[in-house]
Amino acid sequence: MILGILASSGGATASASYESIATATGTGSSGTITFSSIPSTYTHLQLRVHAIATAYSGTGGYMRFNSDTGSNYAYHWLAGSGSAASAGGVATQTTMQVLLNNVVGLHNTSANAAIIDVLDYASTSKYKTLRDFEGVDINGSGDIVISSGLWQSTSAINSITFYLGSGSFATTTTVALYGIKAA
Amino acid sequence: MPATYEPIATYTVGTAVASYTVNSIPATYTDLRVVINAHSALTPSQDSLWSIKFNGDTGNNYSTTLIRGNGTAASSLAQSSTAPARIGWALTDGAGASYYGSIILDIFSYAGATYKTYLSNNAADWNGGGYVSRIVGLWRSTSAITSFTLTDNNAANISVGTTITLYGIKAA
Repeated sequence: MILGILASSGGATASASYESIATATGTGSSGTITFSSIPSTYTHLQLRVHAIATAYSGTGGYMRFNSDTGSNYAYHWLAGSGSAASAGGVATQTTMQVLLNNVVGLHNTSANAAIIDVLDYASTSKYKTLRDFEGVDINGSGDIVISSGLWQSTSAINSITFYLGSGSFATTTTVALYGIKAA
Repeated sequence: MPATYEPIATYTVGTAVASYTVNSIPATYTDLRVVINAHSALTPSQDSLWSIKFNGDTGNNYSTTLIRGNGTAASSLAQSSTAPARIGWALTDGAGASYYGSIILDIFSYAGATYKTYLSNNAADWNGGGYVSRIVGLWRSTSAITSFTLTDNNAANISVGTTITLYGIKAA
């Protein structure tokens, strides 16, 4: 699939192949955000995350699909701390980490930003692959991370649960879900 | 469903300039994406680091953390309480006139009332050298972003042919 991106030419607009499905905001008292009843009419999904915690605890952020708590997740990462590059990977996990707490984790004034792509999310023949680009900088410390993830299920994704290891999302948190259509 | 990824404006550098400013950014989107095909008039170095400042703020209100690979090693760097903030490497006259570095900036909640976080996805290869990098940057201001200015850290001119395209991404 090739997604063409139009440059502006005095009024031209992009075709509707990248559509907003839903947006969730933090409540200040919950560390969980859930997207349910995700339509199967797109080809890929993208989440754009702007996450701020109510208190700084250095926790990480995680994701599950279709409420699956089985040991069906794996992920690898490449991370920079500002002084060193590192890499790692885990297998047979009960969740997928998408906001890595290598140095900083979730902060209460500086947002953790992430762009998370889930390819062929509605396929009933493929395991699901996730690509994550994320980072947080708090002026003196930071995490910059790229990661890949796997959900070993051929079920179509109809719900995504995004949650903190501890604490709550601040009301300035937004998690936006987008659908990307193929031609 | 309305289009949610919209081009706002495209700028093509027609005369080499020391810096390039995009003004009057509307506040009607959730995030901004800035796609830059970047070239600097620097020699003999083949690459040059570019930086950004927002709303003309020259105070030491910026910080970044990055990871990069240069073809032989991976490394990570940081800057704090500085101005301006790194966004990635352009290619230069030292590499050749046809070489451009790719910098894709995503600026989150740019019109909101929190500090501003951006992610940069940067690629610059001149066939025999180059950088691939990812950068997170912070602007410690709660003001909505209405403009940004790009500069070359080596004070080289931004070359003719450099393009800067601004997109708005609107959440539901």
